[in-house]
Amino acid sequence: MTQMVREVGAENTRFVDDTLLVSESERALRGARCPECATTTFPVQVGCPRCGAQGMETAALPTRGALWSFTVQNFQPKNPYRPDGDFEPYGVGYVDLGEVIVETRLVENRPDRLAIGQAVQLQFVRAFVDEDGTEVLTFAFGEENR
Amino acid sequence: MKVAIVGIGIHKFGRTPGVSGRAQGAAAARSALADAGVEWRDMQFAFGGSYAAGDADSLVSDLGLTGLQFINVANGCATGGSALISSCSAIASGRYDLGIAIGFDKHESGAFNMDPSTLGIGPWYGETGLMLTTQFFAMKIQRYMHLHGITEKTLAAVAAKAYANGAMNPNAWRHEGHDAAAVAAARMISHPLTQYMFCSPGEGAVALVLCRADKARQYTSTPVYIAGAELRSRRFGSFEVFNPWLSPESAPGPTVEAARATFEAAGIGPSDLDVAQIQDTESGAEIMHMAETGLCVDGEQEKLILTGATAIGGEMPINTDGGCLANGEPIGASGLRQVYENVLQLRGDAGPRQVPGKPKTGFTHVYGAPGISACTVVSR
Repeated sequence: MTQMVREVGAENTRFVDDTLLVSESERALRGARCPECATTTFPVQVGCPRCGAQGMETAALPTRGALWSFTVQNFQPKNPYRPDGDFEPYGVGYVDLGEVIVETRLVENRPDRLAIGQAVQLQFVRAFVDEDGTEVLTFAFGEENR
Repeated sequence: MKVAIVGIGIHKFGRTPGVSGRAQGAAAARSALADAGVEWRDMQFAFGGSYAAGDADSLVSDLGLTGLQFINVANGCATGGSALISSCSAIASGRYDLGIAIGFDKHESGAFNMDPSTLGIGPWYGETGLMLTTQFFAMKIQRYMHLHGITEKTLAAVAAKAYANGAMNPNAWRHEGHDAAAVAAARMISHPLTQYMFCSPGEGAVALVLCRADKARQYTSTPVYIAGAELRSRRFGSFEVFNPWLSPESAPGPTVEAARATFEAAGIGPSDLDVAQIQDTESGAEIMHMAETGLCVDGEQEKLILTGATAIGGEMPINTDGGCLANGEPIGASGLRQVYENVLQLRGDAGPRQVPGKPKTGFTHVYGAPGISACTVVSR
């Protein structure tokens, strides 16, 4: 089945790590692009891992891409994983966004519905719930809305 | 200065309740010393490693406070290989004649859980369930199968071979001998890999006594020589465990370079090998590492494995002691276990799992997070 898609910024929610998004209003993953060799990283980092140049520039990553590889996590991981109630298997994949391939949760968790090359787009799902009831969202790629 | 292995010792892999990892390490060291006919006080140096069972150099309180140079090695799954390479360098430099490499570990059951901050990644990576080695291996083989036409039948066959070999190894953890159908039908862990296609963190210890090759006959009538031992770390563009992102500019992994350098040092090629032990933390790893080490080309594995070429008695026996799949992975000991097995095979002492035809040359390969690989070639 697919995990319920959520909206970033909704009441009683927070994003798991704000440094991963460009902003709450621009809902794209925040990467860093090297001014020298155009290498793009995710998340942001200061130095370029390819050419060593400093001063990587923030870049909004494309929100659509193609599934590069995938798996389904079928057991509940140990700490530091934060469980969300009864464990449900979840999809994990790498998505090719052109300039960078990003590791991500997947909205879909049925392996027979996943295929390398599948068109996917950036969405958001609930990862876990804080003790005070705040829902914590993370990024997940899923099939494009039609 | 060439280096010889003149003594080998092992503590059974698997689970040994009530015996600490350190005690298993000390037992392996004593057995390696006895095998070489030497005493702990004869050791001029030691390199040792353990990931979860304490500092290796604390073994001196069990083995003897002799004042030797004892250096702890920590290099993830390549810890054992790194201890061996360091030992080789110590002897090759001419500074030392005789020493020991020791690896041991004792892990709790279940997949490794790691803190992403040790690799410079934010807490979100672990909290949202991405910090798992099992996922990396699953995604790497998933893509590899897609690109090179390997099917799930081969994943099951690799594991079945490991359990068949492990059943003939008294020091292995798994003796049940699951066949390919049982492997394929086991609980799915991380698609496409089932429970029996993964090795588990476990316990065990191995020690190797090493000396200058020209003195080897003082200690043993069956010396095994290290013809090459090389370690490489990752380059930009390789696909490694715990990577939140990859570059579209892809590069071969560290295994490719480590293997190539080792064969160059040994002056031989993969076709000259009689036996090989390569990292099989899961079925897919053995398949991919076969090509990365140069033992075959991409896509050839399915035919080789399904026709028995990699079984004992085949053209290229791989993981004759059952590999990580049947032995489990005590991180500190794992790389040394592979060399131990090759020494047994080259001495002709491998019992029911002996590779026929008096093997002369063996190869080992380990791979570890976050992208290191160590290989050896040994010969007699």
